Amino acid sequence: MQAFTRHSGIVAPLDRPNVDTDAIIPKQYLKSIKRSGFGPNAFDDWRYLDAGAPDVDNSTRRVNPDFVLNQSPYDRSSILLGRENFGCGSSREHAVWALTDFGFRAVIAPSFADIFFNNSFKNGLLPIVLDADVIDRLFTRVQQEKGIEFAVDLESQTVTVGEDVYPFEIDQFRKYCLLNGLDDIGLTLRHADAIRDYEQNRKQQAPWLFLS
Amino acid sequence: MNLYYERICITLGPDFDKLVIRLMAAKTLYDKLWDDHVVRSEDDGTALLYIDRHLVHEVTSPQAFEGLRIASRKPWRSGSILAVPDHNVPTTDRSAGIEDPVSRLQVETLDNNCREFELTEFDMSDIRQGIVHVIGPEQGATLPGMTVVCGDSHTSTHGAFGALAFGIGTSEVEHVLATQCLLQKKSKNMLVSLEGPVRAGVTAKDIVLAVIGEIGTAGGTGFAIEFGGEAIRALSMEGRMTVCNMAIEAGARAGMVAVDATTIDYVKNRPYAPQGEMLDRAIENWQQLHSDSDAVFDKVVHIDATAIRPQVTWGTSPEMVAPIDSRVPDPEAETDHVKADGMRKALEYMGLEAGTPISQIAVDKVFIGSCTNSRIEDLRAAAQVVKGRRVADNIKLALVVPGSGLVKQQAEAEALDRVFTEAGFEWREPGCSMCLAMNADRLEPGERCASTSNRNFEGRQGQGGRTHLVSPEMAAAAAVSGHFVDVNELMPQN
Ligand code: SF4
Repeated sequence: MQAFTRHSGIVAPLDRPNVDTDAIIPKQYLKSIKRSGFGPNAFDDWRYLDAGAPDVDNSTRRVNPDFVLNQSPYDRSSILLGRENFGCGSSREHAVWALTDFGFRAVIAPSFADIFFNNSFKNGLLPIVLDADVIDRLFTRVQQEKGIEFAVDLESQTVTVGEDVYPFEIDQFRKYCLLNGLDDIGLTLRHADAIRDYEQNRKQQAPWLFLS
Repeated sequence: MNLYYERICITLGPDFDKLVIRLMAAKTLYDKLWDDHVVRSEDDGTALLYIDRHLVHEVTSPQAFEGLRIASRKPWRSGSILAVPDHNVPTTDRSAGIEDPVSRLQVETLDNNCREFELTEFDMSDIRQGIVHVIGPEQGATLPGMTVVCGDSHTSTHGAFGALAFGIGTSEVEHVLATQCLLQKKSKNMLVSLEGPVRAGVTAKDIVLAVIGEIGTAGGTGFAIEFGGEAIRALSMEGRMTVCNMAIEAGARAGMVAVDATTIDYVKNRPYAPQGEMLDRAIENWQQLHSDSDAVFDKVVHIDATAIRPQVTWGTSPEMVAPIDSRVPDPEAETDHVKADGMRKALEYMGLEAGTPISQIAVDKVFIGSCTNSRIEDLRAAAQVVKGRRVADNIKLALVVPGSGLVKQQAEAEALDRVFTEAGFEWREPGCSMCLAMNADRLEPGERCASTSNRNFEGRQGQGGRTHLVSPEMAAAAAVSGHFVDVNELMPQN
């Protein structure tokens, strides 16, 4: 996994609550059996005016000029500013892959849906929770200073916007994994003996869980 | 709550140790399920949680199997895995295979992965094939007290059995395949208590839609929800599955219901369930799977179930829901500007005017199916409304898609298929179908659908399609009326 230490980049405002993972990457692209190549179809229904499909060349499609990520400089943004309940709905990790493939390294919102939040950490995308009123102010600022860059520092757990510094919370274990780009599976397999011991005990107590 | 404070008053005093022990002993159902599965914990509370049942489908697993292969790993416990293709499968004649090459490749990839890693799969030609959340319980592969995961958010369905069940992403699918465990932080405890019996024509679907309308789509974020109260106790297992299925639409990764006689009766004699003496032992254990009477929840929501009426969603989020006898709400009356803006966008997408009576909304298509409402009881209930009637002229397509091959078989044995087809419905093969339109079943832009599924997001049932979530009875009533109508008007004897 790609490590995350610090990152500065252009911030794109996506001003709507409950952005669901169906919207981030529509179902037709979930048919892919790969982890990459989802970027051009991130927010597909909002980004294009015509219907897309896995076998359609995106460069031939009509883009929606009103959608924020189609506008300069947001087409080069790497930090997404969102509203409440970002990433709700389907568990599809493809949504995170689409965001990272587009070029996003962090999403800042007042709240995230649980599964999306988890999936982000597995892919080096940092979800940052800030208070709703702070987010309100950041939206105003981003709209006034088009193309403004935020600086995110995971070590010090801060987002810096000009002279303002906003601290954020994060689980220490997740922070550690993200800072070091650690593979969860490798970490867990260090405890293989503990897993086997647990299984042995459970088989005694609840053998019906091991019928097949 | 009162009980809890009383306990403190009574016990506090001479023996403080006893107080601590007693408080610690009181556990919620979620606490019990969690504690039973912790292998080890990190200092910050991140736990390694053991997974008993891993359900797998074709959409969220290919990259996980690929990851295993790249790292030369093998599934830790193949016996815990049950795989089934459901999202991409056609619901029409399958003898010719899948026409769409991209869908076909994904389903074949699952077949190949199951063969390579020697996993049990109910493939497309198996009578037991169906939607992953329908077949787990149907086979007894979902049991009380289990941890159940699947790369699918509606895994919360299985919590109906007093299990801890939740959806995971593809990286986590790979993690469970390789280690039989997940790294998890414990959620907070929420009790949603539905008091009182429900009125006629009010189903499990209406109950859960009303709950989401009340607490909002993010109301359960960070919580595991236990559903309790008289209205939940009175539900069948099918109904409880419908409720837990949509816990995720309230933001909660897991929803659950305590084990009782209804649960145990359902589980007995299913293929994967224990038998004989082992069953007796299991039952004794399962009977503990309820929250202790003095357990403390981080949040308790009381809902008067007697006040719930049949529900219809009007917007693009499941919380945008209203009773059938009301009107489409007005964004101008909403004081929260973010909310009002969301409502305006939703009404525009849905092609609806504020103030329109819900019962005046005409529909183009009707979909009865999905992991929320495609079990035998759902089909029986819908058939009862349809019986002796015809699909209205303005309905372009009315579909019934059973949740599994076995549900379909049972329905045919009861001649429910004839009730539907004689009324003008199409009777299909099992799968996810128009719940998310990954196969050929979908809405065209602007089409309006009465759907028994669980998500009314923009484009969910086809780009530009407009989804209204309802119960199977209400979908059937809309099909024969051409517009939404209170099912009680069609079923006065109810
Ligand atoms: S029926 Fe719909 S919600 Fe259920 S698993 Fe299939 S696609 Fe997901």
